[in-house]
Amino acid sequence: MNLRSRSSVAPVEPAAEGGGNKSVAAGKHQTFQELRLRGVSRNFGGTVALTGLDLAIQSGEFIALLGPSGCGKSTALNCLAGLLPLSDGSIWLDQQRIDQLRPERRGFGMVFQNYALFPHLTVRRNVGFGLVMRGVSRKEIRRRVDAALELVQLAEQAHKLPGRLSGGQQQRVAIARAIVIEPPVILMDEPLSNLDAKLRLEMRAEIKRIHRNLGRTTIYVTHDQDEALSLADRIVVLNEGRTLQIGSPEEVYTKPANLQVARFMGYRNILELDVEKVEERRAWLAAPGIRLEGVVQEHLTSQRAVVAIRPDDIVVSPAGISSSEADPRNVLVGQAEIVEYCGRDYQVDISTEAGLLLHARTARRVVPGERLRLEVPTERVLVFASR
Amino acid sequence: MREAALEAKIIDRTILLAVPAACLVLMLFLYPFLYGLVLSFSERAGVGLGNYVKFFSTPFLSQTIATTLWISLPATLVNLALALPVAFVTRRHRFQRVLTTILVLPIALGTVLIAEGLLIYLGPQGWLNRFLLFAHLSASPVHLTHNYWGVFLSLVISGFPFIYLLLLSYLTGIDPALPQAAATLGASPARQFLHIYLPLLVPGLVIAFCLSFVQAFSVFPSAVLLGAPAGPTRVISIAAYQAAFEDYDYPMASAIAMIMAGVQLLVVALVMGARTIFYRGPTGGAKG
Repeated sequence: MNLRSRSSVAPVEPAAEGGGNKSVAAGKHQTFQELRLRGVSRNFGGTVALTGLDLAIQSGEFIALLGPSGCGKSTALNCLAGLLPLSDGSIWLDQQRIDQLRPERRGFGMVFQNYALFPHLTVRRNVGFGLVMRGVSRKEIRRRVDAALELVQLAEQAHKLPGRLSGGQQQRVAIARAIVIEPPVILMDEPLSNLDAKLRLEMRAEIKRIHRNLGRTTIYVTHDQDEALSLADRIVVLNEGRTLQIGSPEEVYTKPANLQVARFMGYRNILELDVEKVEERRAWLAAPGIRLEGVVQEHLTSQRAVVAIRPDDIVVSPAGISSSEADPRNVLVGQAEIVEYCGRDYQVDISTEAGLLLHARTARRVVPGERLRLEVPTERVLVFASR
Repeated sequence: MREAALEAKIIDRTILLAVPAACLVLMLFLYPFLYGLVLSFSERAGVGLGNYVKFFSTPFLSQTIATTLWISLPATLVNLALALPVAFVTRRHRFQRVLTTILVLPIALGTVLIAEGLLIYLGPQGWLNRFLLFAHLSASPVHLTHNYWGVFLSLVISGFPFIYLLLLSYLTGIDPALPQAAATLGASPARQFLHIYLPLLVPGLVIAFCLSFVQAFSVFPSAVLLGAPAGPTRVISIAAYQAAFEDYDYPMASAIAMIMAGVQLLVVALVMGARTIFYRGPTGGAKG
């Protein structure tokens, strides 16, 4: 593993070797400060795929666009690459407006979901394709392709056609092909979605490693929250073409901006309750058989509110005989119904006496039918306005 | 019963249903071919290569090979050159289906109707010449029928739809992400075509060439109706026809038919052989 490969794959002289094909990338990629998206929108016929995406990306950042399928994340990426024209808005690389430029003149590296390797070219010629297009000298191409293949640990496969490689190898060829041109920005469109679970974890680490070594601005599209959380510096959560939240992984995970983000980030317990009292950031809520104290996330507009609780924030213990607790707030008693063993812990579905169904995760061994006491810390009960 | 059911899964008996069809094909194709092959070796006095010797030693007969190639090869190549850009432009066009229907109509027309239409349109008193004379673009009528050009045009018109449809299906089979990937790597549209589309299209071009060439090489109706069947467009099928139905020399006609097949096979084999130089695998952007 070549951790020092930054120097070997690194700076190209601007418009090296005098290729006629000048792109934005050729001269400026080392110096750009900020990639700005201003109100980027895209319609297909009458349907809105993406609307009003505003985002300022700093050089070297790793951004994940996260959302369910059809949320507009791939549309956003294709707009950035120049493969789709914008319906509205603009894209800026520092002071230069780039959304009118054709993809070949933007020079952003892109890793496609199905890799899009050229089936008639060997691995070496696939990786070297962008350099050939830039008119780089043959010697230089050889040196840089070797370095890139070294980086993705595929030097031995250089002479093979892509069809003879495994999925993970193809994926790495696609990454090598995108980074060898030293683009100012690397775009990745669900690059791990075609891989099996084990390989996905390995490649995730690989992508993280390459980003750390090369420090290239990366925009990564995924529907997998774990991928986004583990890779990104910042996450952009999208749904139905709208931006729901932009924030660090911690922010998005622990403080989802609204109920949609909460659902998407794994807050599986969503309950609608009556508001009893609101004091600053605290709210007291109740429904038959349940009383909760939580933290208000957005302005509450009515007497009803929705709470979101992650399964792993529920503390599970055996229901004691002493049901004489002074204040049973944030405490529930229920019966374990479905218990799924997940290796390190158990995923338990619990129904309370009042007929509520709750999802919890616990490391303690639970058997179906067992009576359990559930407790949620106040700060992990997120309160959203009811709609 | 159970064992029989299991066995049926190993040797699929439904394949036997294809036997009648296979027999029919053998009877309709192989039998006439073999019959003709045997017949072509029979002479007035016994068996031998006399018919073949006669064909190649009589310039009036052997010239027909060159004549036919001289019409069919350029017509096929022109068709390829025309169909490729048209297919390329229409491959993702909104009105592709309408366009395809219009472009494919000549298949439904048949060669005789095309010949008749061309005679009326391109003849000395046809619309084209009347327009040229009227607009003073030409001093005398342009001769486009009853010569080489009449047959050539008819072959182009009747052959175009086949090539177009074939190339269209090959083009739409190429993963659109491949040229997109090439674009993000800095390839202009022209270079995307040169480096991505063209190499992946080679198998399609070869197949289209072979099918169209074989069709054009056996041209008969338009060579008679639109050409000069006694002279410049005396193609090999005319020679075979004359041997069979004017001289009633069936063995000679069979020999000519065999020579015709031989020339076609030779050209197809040469083109297919050249194809092995190029990439032949899937065009779907590797396995997904």
